[in-house]
Formats: sequence, structure tokens, C-alpha cells
Amino acid sequence: MLKNYFKIAWAVLQRRKFFTFISLFGISFTLMVLMVVTSLFDHVFGPQMPERGTDRLLFVNNLREEQGEGYSSSGPPSYYFLDRYVRRMQTPEKVSINSVFNPVNSYIHNKKLALDIKHTDQQFWEILDFHFLEGNPFGALEVKNASRVAVINQTTRKNYFGTGPALGQTIEVDQVKYRVIGVVEDVPVLRIQSYADVWVPITLKSQDFKDTGLRGGYFATIKARQAADIPKIKEEYARIIQQVSQLNPKEKKQVHSYPDTILESFARNFLGSGKEDKVGFLYTMLALAAFLFMLLPTINLVNINISRIMERASEIGVRKAFGASSNTIIGQFVVENVFLTLLGGLLGFLLSAGVLALINDSGIIIYAQLGLNLRVFAWGLFLCLVFGLISGVYPAFKMSRLHAVEALRGGSK
Amino acid sequence: MIQLQDIEKVYRTKTIETVALNRVNLHVERGEFVSIMGPSGCGKSTLLNIMGLLDEPTSGVVSIDGQPVKTHSDKQLAKLRNEKIGFVFQSYHLIHDLSVVDNVELPLLYRNISGGERRKRALAALEKVGLSTRTRHFPSQLSGGQRQRVAIARALAGAPEIILADEPTGNLDSVMGEEIMEILLRLNREEGTTIVMVTHDEHMAHKTNRLIRFFDGQQVADSLVLEAQI
Repeated sequence: MLKNYFKIAWAVLQRRKFFTFISLFGISFTLMVLMVVTSLFDHVFGPQMPERGTDRLLFVNNLREEQGEGYSSSGPPSYYFLDRYVRRMQTPEKVSINSVFNPVNSYIHNKKLALDIKHTDQQFWEILDFHFLEGNPFGALEVKNASRVAVINQTTRKNYFGTGPALGQTIEVDQVKYRVIGVVEDVPVLRIQSYADVWVPITLKSQDFKDTGLRGGYFATIKARQAADIPKIKEEYARIIQQVSQLNPKEKKQVHSYPDTILESFARNFLGSGKEDKVGFLYTMLALAAFLFMLLPTINLVNINISRIMERASEIGVRKAFGASSNTIIGQFVVENVFLTLLGGLLGFLLSAGVLALINDSGIIIYAQLGLNLRVFAWGLFLCLVFGLISGVYPAFKMSRLHAVEALRGGSK
Repeated sequence: MIQLQDIEKVYRTKTIETVALNRVNLHVERGEFVSIMGPSGCGKSTLLNIMGLLDEPTSGVVSIDGQPVKTHSDKQLAKLRNEKIGFVFQSYHLIHDLSVVDNVELPLLYRNISGGERRKRALAALEKVGLSTRTRHFPSQLSGGQRQRVAIARALAGAPEIILADEPTGNLDSVMGEEIMEILLRLNREEGTTIVMVTHDEHMAHKTNRLIRFFDGQQVADSLVLEAQI
């Protein structure tokens, strides 16, 4: 029976080429946009190198201080705060303190290279899953001794050393010379917790350590022993923040800071003023946006489908006359429509692959390697099916209600 | 086989009420070849549609094999149509996007039988109407007579006990019409298929066993053809 439905679906697609084009264009373009957005979302918030085990990772990248009379300020925490309070937490397996990345200049063969440098401890390399192409990360000894060693990314390696050897060579960044001990795969800029071009020991920035303010220019990366420990870590962190808030009761200072997943961090900082957890709200907004974005082409497809099916009223009449029930007719048209949307989805995939390749090549997002991985593919397939069902069920239901006699007359009712 | 009791069919709009069938009582016996005649608009096709369970009467009882169908669900009616009844329409109603053999397979699609078996039975039905060489053609590639033969093959494919034919020769010239009539007569004679045929053609009607005449939604004559000819 399915074969017969596909034969009909294919013949109908070929019969009205303009309708088919409009339908397929609408479906494939909509899905392409949704797929690109999904891919971007996945790229920013999904588990990606070097932040792979996202179910066990938390990040502290913001601290908000509120005092009376509505005065508040927020920004990354200080090394002092993180070292004194966060590094000493009991529930996490490991805690790393690392600086925000800073833009610096470097010169090679009289050519300026704009690089981003990040200062990290050795735990940074133990927690995150960097892909080392050459050499190794720096360890506890290099951090303790404030050794001038650097791990660089593959693009910096290429710009500096071309095809020649890189390990053991010297690079000069911001007028400081470092010995290269490792080369890693490029990390996309949107992974702000781990991104940089050059990573050097945190102790080379020890002048920051003396500042006893709560805010500075540092992040903490926390790894849980197991995913189930995440709530316990958050509870312990909340107790720390409460303790910090009460250090000087006279100041009446309120401190807000949270260890968040990547998505929580984004939602809290952009939608929750650094305080409220807005992940639910973010998901609702995204779902609503996707729904509204799909609504217009869906309505369009419903209309096209109704006129397409109306033309086939006589066929519906014949099928009913020869034994098709109303449900069978609905099934047939839904199958046909899902076939059409899957075809549109396939085109959408191809278009998405093209657009993602263009984004990757354009360098709009530094070191971005957006792709259609299995997660994105599954989402795309799901969207196709939703699209196909929504736009196919109503016209099919409407037409299945047609009396066989009316249908045989050409669907005048 | 088919029993109609006090069948009325009334079409109502806001301003007008049209009586298409008025207290029709009719019993078609198994193996009969009945023709129904009457002027246009007298209710012949409506009657055929009601017999074929494609339309519902406003009042009265339709029974197939002694079983009233009034309380049947959409699914049960579909099953009855599929297994008991085959239709032949004046304007063929073939599906243009499907090949001849796929069209003929249509009634078998709604039964739980394999693709191979469906194809075998469809080819056998095409053989019976002399179209076994056109199985891969599409309806648009056939003449009117050939299309009607495909329609008959489609009606036969499910081996129904009843064939309802609504002016099967109406769109055909006399030679083609005779051919189609011969096929129907052979089916009735050799396979015992019960056939009810609506026609405008007196000549064709006189080839059948029984002739029923309609006028203004009412049955005005019902006679065996031999008696009528006498």
C-alpha cells in the first residue's frame, strides 16, 4: 500500500511543478534556517571539544554585587575570590581558575598578529578535553615556577611556524617570549570559557592575585565527580556566597554568583540580569520563535495541500467506493505529505550544509566548525515530521469527511 | 442480495426540498442482471449510489445479504464495499497518475494480501477484459472503450458478488458499447455476478434479465425483459 502511496505522491509532485516548487522551497528554506539555528545553538551550548562532558561541568563567570540605593555592578570574579572560596570547595572533583581571554599583539616577520591570550592553571587541562596535535599542556611545576611556556592553537602555529617545527620554538606575545610546549586544535570563540589562541600559566599574572576585591577578570571551571553531584555543588556554592555576603554586615552588600552550565550561564546573564535562572524562559522563547517561524510556511502548505487535494476529489471518491475508509484516506494524504516534507527536509539539509560551510569559511565566527552532526540531524528529522504532520493532517481530515458521492462529482461540497 | 425498503432520498436547501427517491422498494436477487431506466434526474444514479453504500437514504432500510447497514460504521461500510461490491462509472474514474495495472489493483490495496498476489489478481482481471497487453500504460494513453474495460477489470479484481454500473456505455460509441455490454453479460452468465446497470439505452437494457423503470423518483415498472418484449 505504501508503495502505491509513494507512486501517487511522486506523480502528483511531478504533475504540478510550480506548486511542488513553492511547497519544497517553503519547507526546505524554513528547515534550512531552523537547522542553521539548531547547529549554532548546538555549537554554543552543546557538548563540543574541549567542553565535552557538559553534564559534569559548571562554570563561574559572573559575580554581581548589590548595595543599597540600587547600586549594583557585575563582571567576572577576582582571582582572590575564586582561589579563597571556590578552589576550596569540597564537593567538586576539580576546580580550575583561568583568566578571561585578553587581546594581545604579536609580530612575526614584521607582520602583526592579533591574538587572544588566556592564563590558566594546570587543572584547566585536566578538566577540559583539548585535542593536542603536538606536545603537552603545562603542569603543576610550570605553574608553580611561573615558567614562560605556552600552548598555542593550530592557526597560531601555522601563522608562526608554517610547516616547520613548533615545539621548543619561541613565540613573542605582548613583548614576552614563551617556549611552545603544545599545539591544540582551534577552539571556537563562542566557547568563551576555554577559547584562546595562546594559553600560558596563570602565575605569570600574579600581580592580579593581590587584589582582594570580589570582582576581577577570572573564571572558574568546576568538574563534578559525577553528574548527580551537580546540585550538591550548587548548594555548596550558594552557602559560600551567603557567607561572602555577610562578611561585612555594615555594608549591606548582596552578592550573587552561580556555578552554571553553559546554557544556564547564558540565560542568567542575558535574560536574568545575572541573578535569576532563566533557562525555562529561554527554552519557551526559543520554542515560541521556532513555532511562529514555522507557522507561516505551515499555513501556506496547508492551503496548497487543500487545493492540491481538492483536485483529487474524484480519486478520493474512487478510493472510498473501492473500500477505503475515512481513516485510510487520512493516512494516505498524511503519508504523502510526510514524503513531501521529508523530500523538502533533504533539500533543507543540503542547503543547510551549504550555508554552514559558507559561515565556516567566512570566518564570521572565529574558528567555528558548524556542522550537521547526529544531534542536529535528529532535530531536523523531527522538525520535518512535525511540519509534515501539521500541514498534512488538517487537509487530509477535511477531505476524508467528503462523501464518496460528492467526491466522485469532483468535491463540490 | 440487495434489498431496499421504503427508501426515500430528499435533498434540502434553505429554500427548496427536492425528492430524489420516493418510497422505493426493490429486491435484487443473487445472479440477476437488472437494468434501471428513466429520464435524466429521475433518481436512477441516486438509487445506485444508495445500493452501493456510497450515499445514505433519508429514510428506509438498505440490506445487503439480509443484513441492514444503517448502523454500520464508516469502516464497516468501507469493508462491505470493498468485499461485496464493484463499481463501473460512466466517466470511468480511473486514477490518472497510476498505470492500468495499478488502477486495477486498487480494491485489493484495502485487503490484507501481498503485493505479488495483488498483481496476479489484477493481471487476471485485465486478461478477462482483453487488456493484458496494456498493463503498463496510463489511462491517458487509452481509448474510451479501453478505459471502460480497465474500469470493469478494476471492479472485477476484488471478485465482488455485485457490480453496480452507472451508464457504463454512456460515453462510448455503439461498437465499443456492445463490447462492454458483452463483457458484463459474460460476467453475469459465466460467473454468476449480480449486476445492476443504470442506462439510457433501451437496446442495452433489453439484453438484461430484468428492467426497472423510474420516473420522478418513483419506481413505475419492474418486469422481466422477456415479458416486456412480448
